[in-house]
Amino acid sequence: MELDPVLLSRIQFAFLVSFHIIFPAFTIGLAAWLATLEGMRLFTGNPVYRRIFDFWLKVFAVSFGMGVVTGIVMAFQFGTNWGVLAERTGSIQGPLLGYESFTAFLLEATFFGVMLLGRNRVSPGFYFFACCMVALGTMFSSFWILANNSWMQVPVGHEIVDGQIVPADWREIVLGPVMLVRWPHMLLAAFITSAMCIAATGAWYVLRDVHRLEARVMLNWGLGLAAVLMPVQLFVGHLTGIYVYEHQPAKFAAIEARWENQQPASEVWLAWPDRAEQRNLFAIETPRVGSFIATGEWDAELQGLEDFPEEDWPPVVIPFFGFRIMVGMGLIMLGVGWLGLFLRWSGRLERTRWFLWATFLSFPTGFIAILSGWFTAEVGRQPWVVYGLLRTSDAVTPSLTVSDVLVSLTVYALVYAVFVGFGTYYIYKLLRDGPAGEAEPIPGATASRPLAFADDAETATIGQARRRP
Amino acid sequence: MSGVEPSTLALFWAAVIAASIAIYVLLDGFDIGVGILFGTTRDELRREQMMATIAPFWDGNETWLIVIGASLFAAFPAVYAIFLGAFYLPVLLMLIGLIFRGVAFEFRYRTERMRWVWDGGFFYGSVVVAFVQGAAVGALMRGIPVENMQYAGGALDWLHPFPVLTGLGLVLGYALLGAGWLVLKSEGDVREWARARVFWLALAVFAVFGPAIAVALTVDISPGLREASARFDTFSLVAAAVGFYALLGVVACARGRRDAMPYALTALFFLAAFLALASMMWPYMIPYSVTVADAAAPEASLEFFFYAGAIALPVVAIYTIGVYWVFRGKVDRYQP
Repeated sequence: MELDPVLLSRIQFAFLVSFHIIFPAFTIGLAAWLATLEGMRLFTGNPVYRRIFDFWLKVFAVSFGMGVVTGIVMAFQFGTNWGVLAERTGSIQGPLLGYESFTAFLLEATFFGVMLLGRNRVSPGFYFFACCMVALGTMFSSFWILANNSWMQVPVGHEIVDGQIVPADWREIVLGPVMLVRWPHMLLAAFITSAMCIAATGAWYVLRDVHRLEARVMLNWGLGLAAVLMPVQLFVGHLTGIYVYEHQPAKFAAIEARWENQQPASEVWLAWPDRAEQRNLFAIETPRVGSFIATGEWDAELQGLEDFPEEDWPPVVIPFFGFRIMVGMGLIMLGVGWLGLFLRWSGRLERTRWFLWATFLSFPTGFIAILSGWFTAEVGRQPWVVYGLLRTSDAVTPSLTVSDVLVSLTVYALVYAVFVGFGTYYIYKLLRDGPAGEAEPIPGATASRPLAFADDAETATIGQARRRP
Repeated sequence: MSGVEPSTLALFWAAVIAASIAIYVLLDGFDIGVGILFGTTRDELRREQMMATIAPFWDGNETWLIVIGASLFAAFPAVYAIFLGAFYLPVLLMLIGLIFRGVAFEFRYRTERMRWVWDGGFFYGSVVVAFVQGAAVGALMRGIPVENMQYAGGALDWLHPFPVLTGLGLVLGYALLGAGWLVLKSEGDVREWARARVFWLALAVFAVFGPAIAVALTVDISPGLREASARFDTFSLVAAAVGFYALLGVVACARGRRDAMPYALTALFFLAAFLALASMMWPYMIPYSVTVADAAAPEASLEFFFYAGAIALPVVAIYTIGVYWVFRGKVDRYQP
C-alpha cells in the first residue's frame, strides 16, 4: 500500500484515539462503581466499602488525568489533519464536540473537585451526591462523543445549503434512533469493562492471599455486574447490528464477509476473506443462520458486496475479524460472570484457583472488546468519513504532505510510548499494592490535577509548600 | 464576501474567543514563564519554590486554551481548519510541550535519578510552547494563503525572520510575566532572584521589539504586513503607547518594593499589545482573507452552542477565581 497523507492521517487518528478511549471508558465505569460503593457505605455503614472506595478513587484519578491529556490531543486532530471535514461539517460536529469539552470542564470545576478534595469538608449525603454527579457527568461526556460519531455513521437532521452541510434539526441529530442504541452500547461496554477489571483485581488479591476482605467485595460485585449486564449488552449489541443492517448495508456485508447476494444467507463463523478473489478461504459456515440473525426470518435475501460499486466497499478483513473478536470477548466475559456466580452460590469461589486465574487474566477482555468494536464501526464506515456525504479521501487537510504526517505520527508514537506507558505502569502499581489507608489529598493540588491526588502525600514535595498564615 | 455583517451570535462567540485568548495569555503566560525561568537555575530549593508558586494554577490556566479551541471549532469551523492546517507542526510541538510540562509537576517528585529528564521536559516544553505561540502570531500577521476556506501553503511557511522574532519575543515576554509572578508570590531568595530578572527581561523585550518591527517593514515584508501597517490607526497607536509605557514602568518598578507591580504592569503591556493587534485585524479572523462573518457557523449552530457557553463559561470563570482566592498570598518553601 502506498503512503499518502490520507492513510497516514487515518493511522495517526486510529493510534491516538485508541490510546485515548481506554481511559475514558475505564473512567465511566469506575465513576459509577465509586458512586455505588459510596451509596453502599451510606446504606450499610460497613467500613470495608470506604477502604475500597479510597483505593479505587486513586485509580480513578490517574485514569481521569490520562483521559484529559490524551483528549486534549484529540481536540486538535480534526483541524490539523481533517481540515475539510472540520470546515464542511464543523457546524454540526463543532457544537457536539464543544458540548463535550464544556461538560468535562463543568465536571472538573465542580463535583470532581468535591470528590477528590472534599471528603472532610462536606456532609456524607452531599459527598454521595457529588459522586453520583461525577458518574452522570462522565456519561454525559460520552453522550456527546457518541452523538457526534453516530451522526458520522448515519447523518440525520441536516440539510445541504450552497454545498455546506448545516444543521436543520438538532433533536434528530442528538437523539436520533441510531444514537439511542449506540450510546447504551458504549455505556454498557464501559460498565462491563470496569466490572471485569474490578473482579480481576479481587481475584489477584485472593491468589496472593492479601486484602481478602476487600477482594471478596470486588469479586462479588465485579462478577455479579458482568453476569447481569453482559446478556443486556448482547441484546443491545444486536440492536446495534440491526442499525448497521438497515443504514450501512455495505458495512454489514463486510462484517459478514458476504461477497454475493444470498437467499437464504449463511452465517460465516470464521474464514479468511480474500478480497482479490472475492471469496472466503477456509470458511466455517452454517446455512440460513445469516438470514435469521439479520432479519429474524430463515430465508430472507441478504445483499453481498457485489451489490455495491467497488469504490464504495469498506475493507473486509478488519471489520470481519474486529466484530468476531468483540463478540468472542463478550462471550468470555459472560462465561466468567456466570461461572463466577455459580461458584459463589456453591461457596467455592475463593478456593477455585483455576477460575481465579481465569478471572485475573480476563482483565483486558473489556478493553479488547471496546477497541475491536470501534475498529469494526470506524473501518466499516469507510470509504466514507461521514457516511454517504463525505469521503475520507476528500476530508483530509489539503496542504498536508506525507512527510508532515510521518513526522507527527512518529513524534506522537514516541511521546505516547513514554507517557502512556508510564501512566499505565502507575495504575498497575496502584492496583498491585491494593487498598491501604485513606487517600490523602495534597495541599496545593486542585481537581484539575488528579495525578497529584493519587500520590502519597509525603513523596510530593509540592505538598510541603503552604500558604503563609 | 467580506461585506457581510456578522450576526449578534457570531459577535458573541468572537468576543468569547477574544476574551479567552486574553485570559489565557495573562494566566498561562506566567506559568509558562516560570517554566522558562526554571531552566535558568540549578538551585533545587529555588526550583521547588518556583514550582510551588504555580502548582495549583497551571492546569486551570490551560483550560482556557481548550475553551478557545472548542469555541473556534463550534462557532468558526473554517478558522479552526485553516489555523490548525497552517500551523500543523507548531501545534504538534505545542501539544507535546504541554504534555511534558503537565507531567513534570507530578513525575519529578517520583524520582531522584531521573529528575533531570522531567525537569528538562518542563523547561524545554515551556520554551517551545511560548515560542510557537509567538511565532504563530507573527505568521498570522504576515498573512496565510487560503483557497476554498482551506490553508493553501506548506508546513514550514510560518518559519520566517519576523515570526521567529515574535516567537523569541513571546518567550521573553512570558518569562517576564513569570518573573513578575514570582515576585508577587514568593519571598526571600526567589523574590530577589526574580526581581533582578524582571529588569533585564523587560529590557530584552524592548530589545526584540525594535528588530522585529524593522524586519517586518524591510526584509520580511509581506502583503499581510503592508495591510497591517496601513491599518495602524489612532486606536492602535493609543494601545501601542499604553503598552510602551507599561513596559517602561516594568523597568522602572523592577527594583521597587511593591511586589504586585511587575506582574500588573506586564499584564497591562500584554493587554495593550493584544488590543493593538486586534484592532489592526478586525473584522478579520484570518488576516486579511477570512472575516468573522465569513467564517461563522450557521445561526442554528451558534444558537445551539450558546447554551453550552452560557452554562459552562461562568462556572469555569468562577472556578478560576475560586482557585486563585483559595491559594492567595505568598507561598512558603517549607513548613517549619
